[in-house]
Amino acid sequence: MTHNENWLEIGPLSDIPRQGARVIKTARGDIALFRTVDDALFALADRCPHKGGPLSQGIVHGGKVACPLHDWKIHLETGLAAAPDVGCAASYPVRLREGMVSISLTRDEACAHA
Amino acid sequence: MTRMKLVLVGNGMAGMRTLEELLKAAPDLYDITVFGDEPHPNYNRIMLSPVLAGEQALDQIILNPRDWYAQRGITLHTGKRVVKIERKQRFVEAEDGSRAEYDRLLLATGSSPFILPIPGADLPGVVSFRDIADVDAMIAASGRYRHAVVIGGGLLGLEAANGLALRGMDVSVVHLGGHLLDRQLDEPASLLLQRSLEDKGLKFFLKKQTAELLPTTGIPPTPPLIKGGIDSPPRSKGEIDAPLPSNGETDSPPRSKGEIDAPLPSNGETDSPLSQRGGGGDFPSPRVAALRFNDGSEIPADLVVMAVGIRPNTRLAESAGLHCNRGVVVDDTMQTYDPRIYAVGECVSHRGIAYGLVAPLFDQAKVCANHLAEHGVARYQGSMTSTKLKVTGIDLFSAGQFLGGEDHEEIVFQDAGRGAYKKLVLKDNRLVGGVLYGDTLDGAWYFELMRDGTNVADFRDKLLFGRHHLGDSGAGGGAGGDEKLRVMSLPDTAEICGCNGVCKGDIIRAVREKKLFTLDEVRAHTKASGSCGSCTGLVETILAATVGGDYSVAPSKKPLCGCTEYTHDEIRGAIRENRLKTVPETMRFMDWNTPDGCAKCRPALNYYLLCAWPDEYVDDAQSRYINERAHGNIQKDGSFSVVPRMWGGLTNPKELRAIADVAEKFQVPEMKVTGGQRIDLFGIKKEDLPAVWKDLSDAGFVSGHAYGKALRTVKTCVGAKWCRFGTQDSTGLGVKLEQMTWGSWMPHKYKLAVSGCPRNCAEATIKDFGIVCVDSGYELHVGGNGGIKVRITDLLTKVETEEQVMQYTAAFAQLYREEGHYLERTAPWVERVGLAHIKAKVVEDAVYRALLAERFLASQKTAQVDPWKERGQGGQRHEFTPMAVIAA
Repeated sequence: MTHNENWLEIGPLSDIPRQGARVIKTARGDIALFRTVDDALFALADRCPHKGGPLSQGIVHGGKVACPLHDWKIHLETGLAAAPDVGCAASYPVRLREGMVSISLTRDEACAHA
Repeated sequence: MTRMKLVLVGNGMAGMRTLEELLKAAPDLYDITVFGDEPHPNYNRIMLSPVLAGEQALDQIILNPRDWYAQRGITLHTGKRVVKIERKQRFVEAEDGSRAEYDRLLLATGSSPFILPIPGADLPGVVSFRDIADVDAMIAASGRYRHAVVIGGGLLGLEAANGLALRGMDVSVVHLGGHLLDRQLDEPASLLLQRSLEDKGLKFFLKKQTAELLPTTGIPPTPPLIKGGIDSPPRSKGEIDAPLPSNGETDSPPRSKGEIDAPLPSNGETDSPLSQRGGGGDFPSPRVAALRFNDGSEIPADLVVMAVGIRPNTRLAESAGLHCNRGVVVDDTMQTYDPRIYAVGECVSHRGIAYGLVAPLFDQAKVCANHLAEHGVARYQGSMTSTKLKVTGIDLFSAGQFLGGEDHEEIVFQDAGRGAYKKLVLKDNRLVGGVLYGDTLDGAWYFELMRDGTNVADFRDKLLFGRHHLGDSGAGGGAGGDEKLRVMSLPDTAEICGCNGVCKGDIIRAVREKKLFTLDEVRAHTKASGSCGSCTGLVETILAATVGGDYSVAPSKKPLCGCTEYTHDEIRGAIRENRLKTVPETMRFMDWNTPDGCAKCRPALNYYLLCAWPDEYVDDAQSRYINERAHGNIQKDGSFSVVPRMWGGLTNPKELRAIADVAEKFQVPEMKVTGGQRIDLFGIKKEDLPAVWKDLSDAGFVSGHAYGKALRTVKTCVGAKWCRFGTQDSTGLGVKLEQMTWGSWMPHKYKLAVSGCPRNCAEATIKDFGIVCVDSGYELHVGGNGGIKVRITDLLTKVETEEQVMQYTAAFAQLYREEGHYLERTAPWVERVGLAHIKAKVVEDAVYRALLAERFLASQKTAQVDPWKERGQGGQRHEFTPMAVIAA
C-alpha cells in the first residue's frame, strides 16, 4: 500500500453480499467493491479492460471475477486479466476495521494505463 | 513441514503430463525427481513423423524444455536408465549408481518396438521408429543411401515410409497381412489408401514374410539368437503380425522411451544410433544391403525400418516384483500392486488393455495426478480410441469395431473415383465403429456418438452424410467436407471464430507454441469456438491438422467444468440421492477442487438444486448470472433492457399506454418489438430498474423473463378467432399455456409457440415446444430452435383436446428440466437422449406423463412469484443501489 492514503469510510461489511460486489460512485468513475467467499475485500475500477463491462456485476469466484459481458476473468487482487487475455483494471486499497469498510481513492499505480 | 518425495521413471509424454496435472492440483506437495534414459527433455513423440517428413524441426517438438524443470524445482536426470527399484527402502537406482528416494513412485517406462528375430536384424542400417535417435539415423541414411525398406504396414510403418519418401528415398513397404493398416481399416478403405500412397511413389509387398537381412558383403550374417539359420522361421513367423502384447499398432511413433528394453529375442539395443552399431573388430563392419523374403526373392535395402509393433516395457517393474501381465497391472486409480507405486502410459495394463495413443494416456495422467494430489476421487475407466494417419494429404479415420460382425449392421458409402469411403457400424441403433477415408471431418462427431452411446434411430437415414446434414442445433456444429478443404486452404489471416475474432493463424500459433492437444485447451488459450460454438468443427479441423491428428477428440467423460471430475448427470444424481441442499454442501460432498467453484459450475449447481428441491431450496443470487440476478438483460454499456410479459403476445390500449408512460418517465432511449412478440425497453440504468418495475407492476405487468434460462415467451398467431384459415383458438391456448408455464427456470432458455393452422405463422416448428393446430386437434412438436444452427422440431405426438395439450406441455418441460444439462437447449438434448426416449416417458407412459406434469405444476407454486413486483417494493435493494456516492 502506498502512503498518503485518505481512507474514506464506505459502510459496514454486511452491506456487501459474500461472493458479490457493490458499486461506489465517484467523480472519476465507478469502483467495484468485492467480497470473496472468505471475506477478503478488494476494490477495482468497475470497467473490464476488454470492453468496459461493469465488473461489479460479474460472478465472484476463487479470487477472480468473471466479467458479465464476455466472461474475461479478472484477478481481484491485482486487477490483471487471467491468461490468455491481457489487460488490467486499476485497483484501490481497501481496509476493514471493526466491521466497517474504508477505501482509498489512491490508485495502485501498478496498472498505469487503466 | 518436509515435503513428500515423488520419483518419476520415464521422462515421456504420459509421465510428464501426469506431473503437469499434479502441479496444477497440488503444486507444493512433493519434491520431484525425474529419470529419463534419453538425453533429451520431454518431447512430443507424436510429432516424430512430421519431423521425419521434414515438416517440423526437432526443436519445435520439445514439450518441456530444461528451464521448465528448473523453474519448478524438479530434479531432472536425462540419459540415465533406472535399473532397480528397492521397494522396502523405497529408492530407485540408475545404471550409473545414482539413487533417489521416494514416498511415491510413478512408472511411465513406455514401450519398445518389437524387433523381428531374423538373421541380420542387428546389422547397421536396421532401425526402429520410436525416438529422436531413430529419426536422426533415418535422416542421416536418407542423405547417403537410396533404398529404404519399411517392415510393417501399420500406421507407424506408413508414416515412416512417407517421411523417407519425402526425403528422396526409394521406399518399399513389406507387410505380412493382405492389406495395409489391417487393424484400422477394412479392405476397401485400405485399397484406396494403398492407391494414394502408390501415387506418392511407395512400393508395396503384401503377404510377404521377411526371412533375413543381408549385409553388404553378400554373406549371410550369423543369425544372432536363432539356431538353424534362414530356414528355420518358426520364431519369427508367428510374431510378425501376431497381435502384439495387447497393444498392436499405434497411430503415432512410439512414445515413452523405455527404461529397460523388453526382453527382445534378437536385439536389445533397438534405439541406438547407427554409428554405434555393428562390429568393431578387425575389418570394416558390414551394413544391411538387401532383404530376402522367405520365398527366396530379394529387394535392395540400404536402410531397414522395423515397425511391426510395440510391447510395454515392464522389465523394471517385474524385477521389483510388481505384478505385470502384458503391462504393469494397475487399477482404476492407476495404482500398481504396490500402493506407493503408480504407473501410467504405454507400459500399463488397465483392465487388460495397454493403450498406445495419446488421448487415453492423458486421461490416465489426469486420474493419476488426482490421486497423487491426494484428492482421491478420480477413476480411470478405460478409453475408447480412434486413430488417424499422419500422412499429409491423406485423410483417414478409424474407431471402434469397424469390422462389424454378428448382430451388427453396416452403412457404407463408396465412391472410388473420388477416393471417398465411409463405413459406419451399428448395433442396436448405436454407433459402435467406423472407417472414414477421404473425408474425415465427421470423425470427431461419430466418435462422440460412439462414446455417448447415442441412439441414432431418429437420424439414421442421414447419419452417413455427417453432422452438417442434421440441422444441428448450436451444440457445436461441424463443417462439411468441402468446408474442411476450404478451411485448410485459407490464409492464416482468415477469421475462424467470428464471436471472438480469432484467425486461423492465431489458432495454429497457439497450438504449436503452447503445445495444445485438446479443443478445451485451444478454447482456453485462444477463445476460438469458446462462445457460440458454431465454429467448433473448423477449430477441431485446424487443431487436428496442426498436431497431426492425434489430438484428443473426446475425453472419455466430460466433467461439468474444471472444478470437478464429475459429469452433469453424476452431480444431479448425487444431489438427489444424498439430499444435498446447498451449493457449498454439494461442492464439499463432491470434492470440488476449487474453494467456491467458477462462473460455469455455480449457476449450474444453483439450477440443479432448485430443480431438485423446489419447495426448500433458497436461491443463491451470487451464483446467478447478472441477468437473472438483476432480472434484466445487461447491455454492452452496462445498462439493462426491460421486457414486460404480454400473455400470448396479446396486448391492449391500457397496457400500451402504461408502457409508453414508463418509457417517457424514464427517458427510455429506444424501444423495439422482439422476435417473441413483446416490447423491449432499452438503455435503462440499473438504479432505475426497481422504479420502472414498480410502475409496470402497478399497471398489471409481470416480468417477461427475457433475460433468463427460463420460460421466455409463448408466441401465437391470431387463430380461429379472426383468421379465415384458423382451426383452433391459438391465441387463447397460448395465453393459457403462458399462464401455466411462466416463471419456470429451465436448463436454458425455453420458448413455446402456438400456430392456428399448418401454415404455421407462429413458427412453432423452430421452438422448444411448438403446437400446430389442425382441424382434428393439436400436433405437438419438440426440440426446435432458431439461432446459430436452426433445428426443426420433431413431432412428439398429436392430441385432441386443450387439456391434453396442457398436460403434455407441462410433462415435456419437466422432463427437460430434470434431464437436460445446464445450458443445453432442448435441441441438443433431444439429439443426445433420442426422441424415442422422450416419447417413452411422455407419450407412451400415461402414468409417468401425469407424474411429470404434476411435478412441474408443484414447482410452479414457488416459481410463479413475480421478481419485479418484489423488487419494485424494495426487495434486494442492495443489488440496485450504489453502496456509496463519493463526490470527490
